[in-house]
Amino acid sequence: MATALQTAFDEPTIKPAAPKTHAETMVVRFAGDSGDGMQLTGGQFTLSTALAGDDFSTFPDFPAEIRAPQGTTFGVSAFQINFGANGIETAGDEPDVLVAMNPAALKTNVVDLRPGGLVIIDSGEFTARNLAKAGYTANPLEDNSLAKWQVMAFDISRQTLEAVKPFGLGNKEALRCKNMWTLGLALWMFDRERDPLIEWLKSKFSKNPVLAQANAAALNAGHAYGETAELDGPLKQFAVDASSSAPGFYRTVTGGESLALGLVAGAKLANLPMFFGSYPITPASPILHALARLKEFGVTTFQAEDEIAAIASAIGASYAGSLGVTSSSGPGIALKGEAMGLAIITELPLVIVNSQRGGPSTGLPTKTEQSDLYQAVYGRNGDAPLVVIASRSPSDCFEVAIEACRLATQFMTPVMVLTDGYIANAAEPWRVPDMASFAPFPVKFHTEVPAEGRINPYSRDPDTLARVWIKPGTPGLTHRIGGIEKGVKTGNINYEADNHQAMTDIRRDKIANIARHIPLQDVDQGPTSGKLAIVGWGSTYGPIRKGVQRARAKGLDVAHIHIRHIWPLPSNLGELLRGYDKVIVPEMNTGQLKTVLRDQFLVDAKPLNKVSGHPFKISEIEAAIDAALGGASA
Amino acid sequence: MNDMTRITVPKDWETDQEVRWCPGCGDYAILKAVQRTMPEIGTPPEKTVFVSGIGCSSRFPYYMETYGFHTIHGRAPAVATGIKLANPELDVWIITGDGDGLSIGGNHMLHLLRRNLDCQVLLFNNEIYGLTKGQYSPTSRIGTRSPSTPFGSVDRPASPCGFALGAGARFIARTIDTAQKAMPEILKRAHAHKGTSFVEIFQNCIVYNDAVFDAFTDKKNAPMNQLNVVHGQPLVYGAGTKGIGFDPATMTLSVIDIVDGDVSGVLVHDEYNRVQAQMLIDMEFGPFPIALGVIWCSPAPSFEAAVVEQNKTASAGKPTDLNALIRKGQSWEIAAKDFHTV
Repeated sequence: MATALQTAFDEPTIKPAAPKTHAETMVVRFAGDSGDGMQLTGGQFTLSTALAGDDFSTFPDFPAEIRAPQGTTFGVSAFQINFGANGIETAGDEPDVLVAMNPAALKTNVVDLRPGGLVIIDSGEFTARNLAKAGYTANPLEDNSLAKWQVMAFDISRQTLEAVKPFGLGNKEALRCKNMWTLGLALWMFDRERDPLIEWLKSKFSKNPVLAQANAAALNAGHAYGETAELDGPLKQFAVDASSSAPGFYRTVTGGESLALGLVAGAKLANLPMFFGSYPITPASPILHALARLKEFGVTTFQAEDEIAAIASAIGASYAGSLGVTSSSGPGIALKGEAMGLAIITELPLVIVNSQRGGPSTGLPTKTEQSDLYQAVYGRNGDAPLVVIASRSPSDCFEVAIEACRLATQFMTPVMVLTDGYIANAAEPWRVPDMASFAPFPVKFHTEVPAEGRINPYSRDPDTLARVWIKPGTPGLTHRIGGIEKGVKTGNINYEADNHQAMTDIRRDKIANIARHIPLQDVDQGPTSGKLAIVGWGSTYGPIRKGVQRARAKGLDVAHIHIRHIWPLPSNLGELLRGYDKVIVPEMNTGQLKTVLRDQFLVDAKPLNKVSGHPFKISEIEAAIDAALGGASA
Repeated sequence: MNDMTRITVPKDWETDQEVRWCPGCGDYAILKAVQRTMPEIGTPPEKTVFVSGIGCSSRFPYYMETYGFHTIHGRAPAVATGIKLANPELDVWIITGDGDGLSIGGNHMLHLLRRNLDCQVLLFNNEIYGLTKGQYSPTSRIGTRSPSTPFGSVDRPASPCGFALGAGARFIARTIDTAQKAMPEILKRAHAHKGTSFVEIFQNCIVYNDAVFDAFTDKKNAPMNQLNVVHGQPLVYGAGTKGIGFDPATMTLSVIDIVDGDVSGVLVHDEYNRVQAQMLIDMEFGPFPIALGVIWCSPAPSFEAAVVEQNKTASAGKPTDLNALIRKGQSWEIAAKDFHTV
């Protein structure tokens, strides 16, 4: 455990450090070519941030191409982290510090840098060729175009080559250590311990100790450079406030990890083995990767031949008595549509995870969006209702996944979990709960053979309307189910008009009835009635929370409501919304929840939309509040 | 009552549902053969699952007093894979047709066969789309006139057994809907085979494609046009007057006239020989008869067994404490109060 920020420093050649600049929070962005290892750098910086006891939120932003042509603007990969004292809810609006590893990274990222912010540049990459590739006609390091920022440009490439010289690496391999040099510099800037990183390098390169040593040397060199360069440049050390979060056991978690763990926990609470059928797709694959390693928890993973086989196998597994789960992103969810209808009409439990990305079609595979809400709620043939719930942050995925397992198994229905690319890849500290704090919901399979006649597989629990779940293998209860409409009273094929009406009504009522079995909608922040409610869902939680906080600090009458249960909606939501003069729904789509709310409750919900592939900025939410309430303060 | 030794009779495998295929449909005969064979196989009905896709043949599960899942078009292999992985003890039968299994569901069939999931596939091939009223199918011969091909189809048909062999199937057999003696034996062999057993059944669609197989199913045509292959026996037909020979120079099969019962030049059927299986499947009908029976059988480890084994090995000795699991990774503890004040 790192101790509080220290001033002592253990490098022998280092002079006493200059006073540090104090900051409550700090936003740092690492940007470079997609081959420069920026995600790795960001990830390791995040771990050191966690170890230093800071609260944080990250935003990895990378191109869809695995290795886009080197030096191009579309090949730029970036990782942003916001860290510091309590209440970090977003990855930050504007970076305070930008690290740009080449001209393309500078060009695409410097515009976001706060005026007066610091940009650290590898001048070694600013060759005529690289400048041309990035579309620069003049060298920005020489034409004064970066005047509104503090610029620290030096030849990181050469520094790195010098540092790793003793290890005899080839030029290409040696330059690969640049990201560790940069990380070393960042560790110095924020006074972080290097030891955990050195340990990590040792284990990462355990099969190639020379590479481990070279990378460690680069890291140390970057760190030492900071100490020296400080004397005559804008580089300085920052003292960032550490978090004073609630006591407890914390770990860093990404949305993908947390969702996978939540599914494992949910299956265990249901007392069922889990079957996870999936087909690789960005940004959903991390869930498959995580679960594939957890076989000891009764998890069977199946990489299917396509999206349809992925869901169909999960349905088969549910039919056979496992908890079937499938996971994808929008395009794959579209392919699964018909099979979802099968799970709905056969009333089998199923969890469908949608890690949303920019659409339509292939859209923006690596960028985030919330534009699959209509698809989730309405996107199937026939009257085909299912449950939709949404997670709002990486750590929230854990509880949401458990809730999905609960609803699926207790109500014999497919449940769609909406998360998104931002949540899937972003990391944040998670105060790890005690599993004993979750009430189990063990499944009871039906085994009782009727005294006379045959079992009706569509006999139901009068309270939940869930049909009986009979595992094949159970003696005396053989029956047939399928996608053709079945008789209410027999479970046999039935095409009669009255029967179809009755079954359609039951399917609708069963889902609507779930509103009685979910929590009432609460108000995250602010009054339960008043001038303005900002209503969000999913990953807009962070920016809305902070935006509303700031507005309230200015004295504005505004509340934040964040919806987890999208379908059915909480039973008190309509009344709650009607208690506000105005309702604004910020969404990373063109207004989908807004439409649902207007339809369901006849409230005059107004949209606030953004579909740039990036999350909302806090300032954008703040501005919308200001505009709605007619100025700075009430 | 529910152990493996319980005796059943064909009647036990019939449901109370009225069978709704067209009168005279070949499906009736197949249903009867399956219901007759199940007691001999001996798996109790509750451990048996029939899974189907969409099409006339796919109504089959509704008529079997077992567990049954009538799924969606082409996806039965995928659903069956989930069932078998979730409970490898279940005896899984997939019922499909030429459209369901080779057109809309061709991809799933490919992967089912390649993975070698332990199950039986009965593909009812009638060379037509019956349930949608008679359009041509992927196995229809060139020139098939149908509502969607009024001037005759122009695309070349797929060979179900050829597809199966190419996909990596380890058991391939072929039979005819009316072959009430041969089919039960093939079904028993298919069931006994560990892995995916692919059985193509020529099935007559009396309404939309009647008599399409008459060239070899008709009583008078059968002897000279059906080659019933038996492992270890010479490949003879035509009441012992014809045999299948092999010309090493051209690497092709030939028809041999058998004189005085001399079968010395006739190939002996070897169901483990994949090359021979390929040639028997590819024989051009007309000059050659159609091969029926177990054409290829070469067992290999089955998919679900490998999955179960790997799940077991990978889990061995690992802790299963959920609290410990969710606490893995980069972690830290914040003590009550006084932590990290700067």
